[in-house]
Amino acid sequence: MNTAEQTISHEQNEYLSFVLSDEHYALDITSVKEIRGYEPVTKIANAPPFIKGVLNLRGDIVPIIDLRIKFNVGEPVYNEFTIVIMLNVLDRIVGIVVDGVSDVIRLTDDEVRPPPEFGVAFDSQYLHGLASVGEHMVILVNIESLISSEELGLFDSHNDVGDK
Amino acid sequence: MSIDIAQFHAVFFDESQEHLDDMEQLLMELDVDDPDLEQLNSIFRAAHSIKGGSGIFGFDALTGLTHVMENLLDKARNSTIKLYVPTVDLFLETVDLLKVILDAYKSQSDLPDEDIQQGVAALEEALAKSAGDASPPQDGEPAVESASQAIDDGFGFFDDDEPVAGQQAEEGTIEPVASAVTQQDMSDSFGFYDESALPAKPDDSKPYGFYKPVEQIRDDVKSVAKGNVTKEEVKPGQKRKAADTKTASKEASSIRVDTHKIDSMVNLVGELVITQSMLSMISEEVTGTVGQKLQTAIGELQRNTREIQESAMSMRMLPINMTFNRFPRVVRDLSIKLGKKVNLVIEGGATEIDKSMIEKLVDPLTHLVRNSIDHGIEKTATRVEAGKSETGTVILRAEQKGGNIVISIIDDGAGLNRDRIVAKARENGLSAPDDMPDKEVWKLIFQPGFSTAAEVTDVSGRGVGMDVVRRNIESIGGRIDIESRAGNGSAFYIQLPLTLAIVDGISVAIGDQIFVVPLVNIIESIQPTREQIKSIGNDNLLWIREQYWPLVAVHQMMDVDNAIEKPTEGIVVLLESSKRRYGILVDSLLGQQQVVIKSLEQHYRKVPGISGATIMGDGRVAMILDADSIAERCRPLAEEELLA
Repeated sequence: MNTAEQTISHEQNEYLSFVLSDEHYALDITSVKEIRGYEPVTKIANAPPFIKGVLNLRGDIVPIIDLRIKFNVGEPVYNEFTIVIMLNVLDRIVGIVVDGVSDVIRLTDDEVRPPPEFGVAFDSQYLHGLASVGEHMVILVNIESLISSEELGLFDSHNDVGDK
Repeated sequence: MSIDIAQFHAVFFDESQEHLDDMEQLLMELDVDDPDLEQLNSIFRAAHSIKGGSGIFGFDALTGLTHVMENLLDKARNSTIKLYVPTVDLFLETVDLLKVILDAYKSQSDLPDEDIQQGVAALEEALAKSAGDASPPQDGEPAVESASQAIDDGFGFFDDDEPVAGQQAEEGTIEPVASAVTQQDMSDSFGFYDESALPAKPDDSKPYGFYKPVEQIRDDVKSVAKGNVTKEEVKPGQKRKAADTKTASKEASSIRVDTHKIDSMVNLVGELVITQSMLSMISEEVTGTVGQKLQTAIGELQRNTREIQESAMSMRMLPINMTFNRFPRVVRDLSIKLGKKVNLVIEGGATEIDKSMIEKLVDPLTHLVRNSIDHGIEKTATRVEAGKSETGTVILRAEQKGGNIVISIIDDGAGLNRDRIVAKARENGLSAPDDMPDKEVWKLIFQPGFSTAAEVTDVSGRGVGMDVVRRNIESIGGRIDIESRAGNGSAFYIQLPLTLAIVDGISVAIGDQIFVVPLVNIIESIQPTREQIKSIGNDNLLWIREQYWPLVAVHQMMDVDNAIEKPTEGIVVLLESSKRRYGILVDSLLGQQQVVIKSLEQHYRKVPGISGATIMGDGRVAMILDADSIAERCRPLAEEELLA
């Protein structure tokens, strides 16, 4: 996954960019299952506050995570504009709540610069790199390592996740 | 060619396994003194089918053994030999051996060559012996014999193939395989002829499809041998006839379906039920004549979906006899080995149970039945001394009680030995006070490593302890209870849910959330009065019918807001888990319904106090409470004091 340091290629990767508060993020579009509006969820007992609960996605019971709460970005408000991105990561379906989805962006690997050590909500181990798109700086999230991280506690054990 | 054939291997293995099970069961039922001809025929047919199939696929070991077995069986059903118990034993051993060989082929492991040779030798010896003391043939038999003899002569050139057909097939050329197939066709016809023509006259040779007197057949057959008629011309007609009679009845009654297909269908039907209830909720919002029409149509849909759901669920259900049927054999072998007289009584074998549970029940049940015979039933002399009948009885019973299947293994043996269990428990460092109730003592035998070593024989102690039995049963959502009285015997009760995919539950409201409580765990629900509520420290107790019940604050455990906290304002649901009994406080009861269990772990992880989730009629998710796990999580109260 550490493509930033790999030899320069001109192959374009597609990312879905989304907004948390006023920061722009993007994740690998191949892990996106679908995008839907926020619906009320069923609370799970004794779960950390950023796990909003579970909802029924066509028969699957899917956990919903609010990244704004987890990373303390902006206000966790839920209105008709609140978006849930359903992700397919490591054979699991997980929904993340974001303030909005902006665009699909195409980036070649040489447009991706190494992640900063600080200054963003995410720990740099979950970051893939930075890119400039128009006037924004977009933070590329390594969604697989984030979702499977022990920090989120979505998985029972951490041993089935490799350091890709 | 080999690839084409390999795809049928699985079917052959399945069918052969069934045939072997049938044979075993029939042999067990066989009355040695007055054998039922139809039963013998069925056994013969089963052996014959395996021989035929294995011949086609080139499984020589099976072909060879079944061939000799078939010969002996043929003699038995023609009453040319008399059946003795040792003969039946020999057949049973052969069935066992065939199972081993079948498994070896299935797993592509090494064949037990020595055992096979011994098995064949034993059968041949029996065959040779039977030839010696054969009873004088009865009327009409010589004719039949000579007729089949004639046919044998006629098809003589196939006889040459017979012993080596499989070997040739192995060499991989097409021709030998073809001849093996042809030989199979022939033997099918013989088998068919034998069955229906037994009481008939030899010239009634219709089954061959020739419609000619036997003399003419003989001539025809000779001309076949000379090549005047090609094999292909003979084959199709015979093949169809033989195949028809053999499989017609089977095909009409069942087909083989991959369990994954059924599982996915059951899942989809679950979705359908949810969608249907969503629809009916929406339809209530539609007014006017359209609304009425819509509601009528949806009412119809509701009935249909319920029926679809029922039949989809029933596809997974099989009679528990699938498991029980192996026990007459287990009991027979074991009682002979141990020199005990044991009568096995099977009741309720037709009770239906989820297929996945059938498979998982085999090991624990086998263990319990063996235990009953080995440890429970006393030696004949001891029984007589104790004033009991010589023959011990083991009852294996299945019955449906509400939403549960209860399987009981009851023996009239010596019962569990309290002193020995207590001693062993202390030896293992477990606490076992002298005044421990019997029920608690019996539960000790489920502790890991708990074996009353003094009694270990080669029969027991096969590495499966009672702890494994309990774990197996709990893994399929069941629980096990013991009753035992010294001198009178013991009883093991296994309580199982009807199915793993659906649970009968009561939905309850706690605060703004809905939970489902499995009906299995519910004893009753009451609205407590102020006088019934006592408190010790911060814990509430409920005084019902001379007993104190701990009251668990589920709303705290489940972290629910706005829940009723005063017991007198809500409803207390009394629950019973395998570990303890307690009450939970809920706001209100919403209704009883069957819910489809969905896994939380698939996309999330295990949540304490919750066994799974389900989707309610409005599409929202509700959690299913896990009575055992709640009991574990609530502070251990001095339970014995409270429930004593």
